[in-house]
Amino acid sequence: MLFKPLSQTFHDFIIDRDKDLCINCKVCMRQCSYGAHFWDKARQCVSHDNTKCVGCRRCEAFCPTGALNIRYKQSEFRQNALWRAEYIKNLYKQADTGGVLLSGMGCPKPYPIYWDNLLLDASQVTNPSIDPLREPMELRTYLGSKPDVLSFGKGKGGVTLKTELAPQVKLETPILFSAMSFGAINFNLHIAMARAATETGTLYNTGEGGLHESLYKYGKNTIVQVASGRFGVHREYLNAGAAIEIKIGQGAKPGIGGHLPGEKVDARVSETRMIPVGSDALSPAPHHDIYSIEDLRQLIYALKEASEYKKPVSVKIAAVHNSAAIASGIVRAGADIVAIDGFRGGTGAAPTMIRDNVGIPIELALAAVDQRLRDEGIRNQASLLIAGGVRCSADVIKAIALGADAVYIGTAALLSVGCTLCGRCYTGKCPWGIATNDAKLAKRQNPEVAAKRMANLIRAWSHEIEEMLGGMGLNSIESVRGNRDKLRGVGLNQVELDTLGVKPAGR
Amino acid sequence: MKRVYPNKDFCIGCRLCELACLTAHSESKDLIIAYTEERLTGLAPCKAVYENGPVCVSLSCRHCEDAFCVSTCISGALYKDKVSGKTMYNESKCVGCWSCMMACPYGAIKRNPVKKKIIKCDLCEGREMPACVEACPNAALVYEDRDE
Amino acid sequence: MKYVIVGSGVAAIAAVEGIRKFDAKGKIVIVTEEEVPTYGRPLISYFLAGKIGPEQLSLRPESFYRDLGVEVKLGTRISGLDTKAKKITTEDNKKISYDRLLLATGGKPFVPPIGNIEGPDVYGFTTLAHAEALQDAAGDLKKAVVVGGGMIGLKAAEGLSGRDVSVSVVELAPRVLSAAMDEISGNLLARRLEEAGVKIFCNVSAKKIKRAKNGKVQGVVLSNGATLSAGAVVVAVGVIPNTDLAKAGRLKVGRGVVVNEFLQTSDPKVYAAGDLAEVRDMLTGEAGVIPIWPNAYSQGHYAGKNMAGAKVPYPGSMPMNSIAFFGLPTVSVGIVNPKEGQGFEVVKELNEEDQTYRKLVFRKDKLVGYVLVGDVDLAGLYTGFVRFSLPVDDEIKEKLIHGEPSALLWPDEFFSQQWNPGAATALGSI
Repeated sequence: MLFKPLSQTFHDFIIDRDKDLCINCKVCMRQCSYGAHFWDKARQCVSHDNTKCVGCRRCEAFCPTGALNIRYKQSEFRQNALWRAEYIKNLYKQADTGGVLLSGMGCPKPYPIYWDNLLLDASQVTNPSIDPLREPMELRTYLGSKPDVLSFGKGKGGVTLKTELAPQVKLETPILFSAMSFGAINFNLHIAMARAATETGTLYNTGEGGLHESLYKYGKNTIVQVASGRFGVHREYLNAGAAIEIKIGQGAKPGIGGHLPGEKVDARVSETRMIPVGSDALSPAPHHDIYSIEDLRQLIYALKEASEYKKPVSVKIAAVHNSAAIASGIVRAGADIVAIDGFRGGTGAAPTMIRDNVGIPIELALAAVDQRLRDEGIRNQASLLIAGGVRCSADVIKAIALGADAVYIGTAALLSVGCTLCGRCYTGKCPWGIATNDAKLAKRQNPEVAAKRMANLIRAWSHEIEEMLGGMGLNSIESVRGNRDKLRGVGLNQVELDTLGVKPAGR
Repeated sequence: MKRVYPNKDFCIGCRLCELACLTAHSESKDLIIAYTEERLTGLAPCKAVYENGPVCVSLSCRHCEDAFCVSTCISGALYKDKVSGKTMYNESKCVGCWSCMMACPYGAIKRNPVKKKIIKCDLCEGREMPACVEACPNAALVYEDRDE
Repeated sequence: MKYVIVGSGVAAIAAVEGIRKFDAKGKIVIVTEEEVPTYGRPLISYFLAGKIGPEQLSLRPESFYRDLGVEVKLGTRISGLDTKAKKITTEDNKKISYDRLLLATGGKPFVPPIGNIEGPDVYGFTTLAHAEALQDAAGDLKKAVVVGGGMIGLKAAEGLSGRDVSVSVVELAPRVLSAAMDEISGNLLARRLEEAGVKIFCNVSAKKIKRAKNGKVQGVVLSNGATLSAGAVVVAVGVIPNTDLAKAGRLKVGRGVVVNEFLQTSDPKVYAAGDLAEVRDMLTGEAGVIPIWPNAYSQGHYAGKNMAGAKVPYPGSMPMNSIAFFGLPTVSVGIVNPKEGQGFEVVKELNEEDQTYRKLVFRKDKLVGYVLVGDVDLAGLYTGFVRFSLPVDDEIKEKLIHGEPSALLWPDEFFSQQWNPGAATALGSI
């Protein structure tokens, strides 16, 4: 590679082109948005520049003869447990540019994954399992503040409920689409999530990019988010959704605000967020009107006033060290739902150092928060939603067993429409059309196709959850909720077991 | 009658439809041979992808009810099939005058300069679903009946 | 309802197809003086050149007439028309009644005033019989003169040349194909013909045919005094509308048989379509006879539909020709020789080396005509702009001028309506 800067010499990927299969049809050229494939005029064939390859595998997926293979570049640095290749390459980049390293998607580092150290129970003999294909399974979940006491009375029609219930949101399944802002992702995917959520009876979250007018009709299945930048927040917006969420923090980058590069702000993003076209959309780190828990309470009730107390208000925080105390404060401040986002959560753009080194695993945060709220006797006053690296239905049910009411999926939803986790979301060149609104790339996500895939995902996971419930001899998700006894830990030390509130396998 | 309807909002210009069409109409039914060898004998896809800025769309014969090509065909090689409603092409009668190519305002007829015959979509006679519709990765080609 | 069609050209076939769209039961009778069912008249050049055989000539298969319930009376010439009694009379005095009549007798060859034209070895080139005769004669023929440098004449020249006859073409105008082509394209074709051995003489007319004592043709004397030696003469100056029957029926005849927008003649039960009908040119708005195959078809088709009761106005005709000479394809559509000072904008691009040429004629913001030589593959897309009268702004004009016509340059709504009706766009169907 002649005359390239140091940081590009040790690029990560190599494009293998099988010359026997390549017919020079140029499909790869047209699909690659990074310009890695090009037409070699001199040799009259399609050629490629490995330094431009980001490993997104779009070309590999589209090649009609299967001639392409994307693989890791073999040339390794000398083995060094401390100075692993990624540290070295990042350092070179910073020496080149003097800039902050930026990354897309969630933390990929090999920190412990507690889902993989927890196992579920199943019924044998004494408590027979239930066949979900023959018995009804209740996955329905209500999010909102539950009363301390239920009082009934006798009326004309029989028994009546005297207690007034706080506003609730009904989910047919305990899986929701996580907050991914319009601007960070393609508008077509918002249409898809809205449709998929409506079809499967769950909700999707607008993220901090506001809600486009044309999607108001899906309001019954929408959670509108109020983030620190207050993008797109106005009265109609607040009343358009089924619930309102105040975003204090985000798992991928606790402590800092959202970041949407100006290149990704086109006319529609501008209209929805209420900012000028082409300007960077930087959300401040804190809400500048929330500097104490009392300020949060004020905002929560301001939103309740604006929505006439008809919608539950949720507060989303990142999972950090004292999540339990914060969550307790939030519940006491009047939130109907507390959403906690673990450090594995995805993002369109975050400083790499923060994404990889800040926050705690959601499993531990969840267990801690759930236990703390129970200890304080206020667990019923708010529903718990968790997010941050939920990869399969087993993770969902484990989360519910640890105490969650429901689970947000973000990365998983994007994977369902083609994302390959190449992590270049911040460039706005996503060749899968996911993390971009560029006219040419955005149409690569057909809302009809995407909605079907997302709905399929929810349905598949819901069905698997039913199977696992049936296997445990339970026919309602409520029986698993917070039921730590349905979990056992493997390969965990005593402190971890205690934090999770889970017995070790064998006991 | 079922037709292939193109959606220019979701065509991504990948041209896999052209390749699938080429293969379906080739002798070998093998993409590599069709593309590298058979094209030299004039084989070409019936579909063509057009681009204008970020917009693109893949078009082929509309099988118009009142087909301009049928009206210009001097040999009767192009005719409307009474039963299916398709615009049919009998290659053996074609004399390569290119009148149909001139007449079709949709640009759906292409020339095979080697064989001196035309190339036109036949809605993949003999296949359950047209090859282009099957190949489209973004559902930008839809095969359905929209006649009232 | 009984439909009678006189003439078995393409207008007749088109009329049958048009009638059957609205009337599946009515009786249809085609009466023709030809001995064979409808064949594509332009095919006779391919026949003469030996490119096709007699079995490929029929425009529609036999099953066509059978399945659509059409009776065909071959070899029957019609000499009389009584519009009051609604009857036509054959040459041997048989009467055929009708409820609706379509005159589709096409054109007859125009015979110019050439001395000594009566006699053997002089041929026309408008029917299959002519082509067969020429084919037979070509075997012994060494030289031939073709009078007329239009489409028909040049095709005859090409056909004979392919049979090793040395051909000279005599044309009155300053160049060949003066009607369908412009100067540049006309000359490109003339050059191709000359390269292939055909001699072309312009600005002259044929004055007299020189015959031997036994009557055989020896040559042609031109208006400039020169004599071209030849063993045969093909007269291909053009066709004029065959209005004899219309006149016999006292129908209004102008340049051709006058018809309204439903292809009805001055008698509402009698229609006319094809090379004999005087219709409206959709581009110039003027009335005229436009004897082109696709027009004959569309006129016949609309006449048929209207005869069967539909009231669909005919949108008008447009000149369009696709013809190749010695392998050089050309396409010419619409107004290609616009008059100066009438608001036309002409853009030409000629590549002498490749022998390709493109001429676009714009009027205000519409494309009204074009000529393509050599590179004819995108012809249809240009036709679309002319036929649908689509708006051409500066950006679109640039694309057309650079040889990049495309359906994506159409107005959005029109595109959706034509290509994707019934589907909503991304936001529309959210």
